[in-house]
Amino acid sequence: MSSRIDTLTQPHHTAARRAQTAETTMASSERSQDRIPKITVEDTDFFYGEKQALFKVALTVPANQVTAFIGPSGCGKSTLLRCFNRLNDLVEGARVVGRICLDGKDIYDPSVDVTDLRTRVGMVFQKVNPFPKSIYQNVVYGPQLQGIRRRSVLDGIAEKSLQGAGLWEEVKDRLHHSALGLSGGQQQRLCIARALAVNPEVLLMDEPCSALDPLSTAKIEELLHSLKDQLTVVIVTHNMQQAARISDLTGFFLMGELLEYADTKTIFTNPSDSRTEDYVTGRFG
Amino acid sequence: MSDRIKKFLSSGTLFVWFCGTAVAASLLMVGGVLLLIMVNGLGFFWPHALVEMTLTDGTRVLGELKGEEVIPHSATPEFPEGKTRVRLKVGNRDLYGLDFRWVDTEHIASADSPKDVAAFERREWGNFYGRIREVSRGEDVVATGNQEGWKALQPLIEQANDLQEEIEHLQRDVIGDINFEIEGTRLRIRELELRGQDDAREVAELQAMTSQLETQYHKHVETLRALSRQLDEYSVLLVETNGQEKRLPVGQIVKALRPNDMDFFEKILRYFMNFWSVLSEEPREANTEGGISPAIFGTVMMVLIMSVAVVPFGVLAAFYLREYAKQGLIVRVIRIAVNNLAGVPSIVFGVFGLGFFVYAVGGTIDNLFYPEALPTPTFGTGGILWASFTLALLTVPVVIVSTEEGLSAVPREYREGSLALGATKFESMLRVILPCALPGILTGLILAVARATGEVAPLMLTGVVKLAPALPLDHHFPFLHFERKFMHLGFHIFDVGFQSPNVEAAKPMVYVTTLVLVMVVIVLNLSAVALRNYMQKKFKASAV
Repeated sequence: MSSRIDTLTQPHHTAARRAQTAETTMASSERSQDRIPKITVEDTDFFYGEKQALFKVALTVPANQVTAFIGPSGCGKSTLLRCFNRLNDLVEGARVVGRICLDGKDIYDPSVDVTDLRTRVGMVFQKVNPFPKSIYQNVVYGPQLQGIRRRSVLDGIAEKSLQGAGLWEEVKDRLHHSALGLSGGQQQRLCIARALAVNPEVLLMDEPCSALDPLSTAKIEELLHSLKDQLTVVIVTHNMQQAARISDLTGFFLMGELLEYADTKTIFTNPSDSRTEDYVTGRFG
Repeated sequence: MSDRIKKFLSSGTLFVWFCGTAVAASLLMVGGVLLLIMVNGLGFFWPHALVEMTLTDGTRVLGELKGEEVIPHSATPEFPEGKTRVRLKVGNRDLYGLDFRWVDTEHIASADSPKDVAAFERREWGNFYGRIREVSRGEDVVATGNQEGWKALQPLIEQANDLQEEIEHLQRDVIGDINFEIEGTRLRIRELELRGQDDAREVAELQAMTSQLETQYHKHVETLRALSRQLDEYSVLLVETNGQEKRLPVGQIVKALRPNDMDFFEKILRYFMNFWSVLSEEPREANTEGGISPAIFGTVMMVLIMSVAVVPFGVLAAFYLREYAKQGLIVRVIRIAVNNLAGVPSIVFGVFGLGFFVYAVGGTIDNLFYPEALPTPTFGTGGILWASFTLALLTVPVVIVSTEEGLSAVPREYREGSLALGATKFESMLRVILPCALPGILTGLILAVARATGEVAPLMLTGVVKLAPALPLDHHFPFLHFERKFMHLGFHIFDVGFQSPNVEAAKPMVYVTTLVLVMVVIVLNLSAVALRNYMQKKFKASAV
């Protein structure tokens, strides 16, 4: 806990509002003393080539909580999310300055095995992307990569993951049919199951419901509540009601800066920044 | 008014018409080519009726009617539309010198289709049209007269064909095997000499083996002689329509038909039999008669070897360009170069194949692995492998381009999804991207196959021949003989149509060969398409 406080109270070369942000964050964290930090971001800048996408972002994602990032398009929330599993490495000219730690260890350290990191930090994407394979093959894709070959073990993992994603009852009779035959919502839950199959500690969700109908969205939101016991969830969403419904903590991003980060209740009822208030009340964005 | 015109122009109706016309024109041209080939090629197998004509000067002509035309510049006041003449295939090349003859219509006194005339397909000299005078065994006459002779001849021809088959088997398989082994031992002795290990005992053993094989060889040659004598035992005295006689050993006759005496169903049956014999038999008479089976075989085998060579080569190159190479100026230049490579004239590839594959690579292989056979080249001369590789080089741009397209069509989400599950780039490519790109790769293969099957020029420099002594696939170890020369349908068309001494007689063969080539292209393409559809179904399965 102390490291987190250190991080948050580090001196910033920023304007007064940033100090204010830090204070808010600290205040909220003090309110929930039992929170264990899972991911800590320390003063991180992010560049796409020349263009800077994140400015001195600092925050702590607590374990076994749902943390939501909100903000208008292009504010950097997805960029930060993609830093957590280093998927931004794929982008040419992408550069991180600062420290992002998972369980206290810098994930950008050269000694870190990226594939290893990605099995610990799973991800679900905005665009539903099951592979053009069977349902079963989709789910066991990750475990197979880890070298699990025994059919019985894979079967067990498949069942457990599909149950975890609330999809088992719907697909158990057609596991070997193409995943592309499922509905959009089912496909997204399959993607969640696929991510759960590698047993991650953190699940990153990049607007997982933006392409889904309300019913499917409700199912996935329900799912998030049950997942919270096993892992840490970080979710990016455009939908403020969704953030309010499902998350424990909320961070508000604007133009690459983390304006405010606090308990969801605080953000939505008593934000300290006027711009946050304007955004959550729908005055812009 | 101008408003209406403007409205009409901007509505695009005219454009649709142009597009439709373009499609229609293309279809018409393709259809026309196919129709021309089909009509001329498929007509070849039909047993044509024989016409016997008496001319005004009293001579007679017998043959197949092959067409009628107006004599150029023959219009006179009496004949404002010009005089006509007919073309007959009269055969009997040994007697007349030419297979075809023009007869002016005004010279024909009468024409008839007698049922008793026969067409004899011979092993040499093309067809004979006429009647039978007598059938004899040695000096003794067995049957006289056309009718008797015809009856007597039928079983004899069958016998002769069986004998012929036996002789061919003996020549090709039995004696061929012995020659193969003799050559093998000769090379072995030479190899031992070259290595300086020619200790007397082993060489003597090999020599003993050779002489043993030679004894066998002579024994079989004796049998062969006996069979040939048996083949010449019966002979038939034929008479052409003007009474000129020709004695022919029955063994020379492949088949005898009386087309005027056949009913429709017999003709249909004969039609398919003729079709099959062209597909399954070997060529005779400088390729103008007989079948084209070695050419079909050579074409298919070459395309298969080419496919096996070109797909991995092109796919690996495309993967590097698309997935690994840093996109920039150099990759752009390479891509342009690859695209331009597809436009290089194929004969240039032929010259390259000859210089690089045949002389450089083949020559080196000969020096290293087949020194005992030198100065006779083994791989250092044109062969099916080098021809296939040359074509692979010719078609690799197509495969690279379509594989790249296939790769770029794989959604980014698949790559990210796979990487996010802890896959390395290589694992993602192998397990997600490659299956998704397979249809693109196979489209490339289809285009490559279509291009390669029709290509002739580079083959002429790298291994195609007019008549190959042996197929590149047989029962001798190692079964596939990549160094052998081969026959090819495209080259066969060129050879039969333009290099044969009797072009007119060979014309139907040219059409048939063209037809078969088109069919081979279609079959190869359809199988590639079927493979692609199967893969698509397997990997992209749309639902349930």
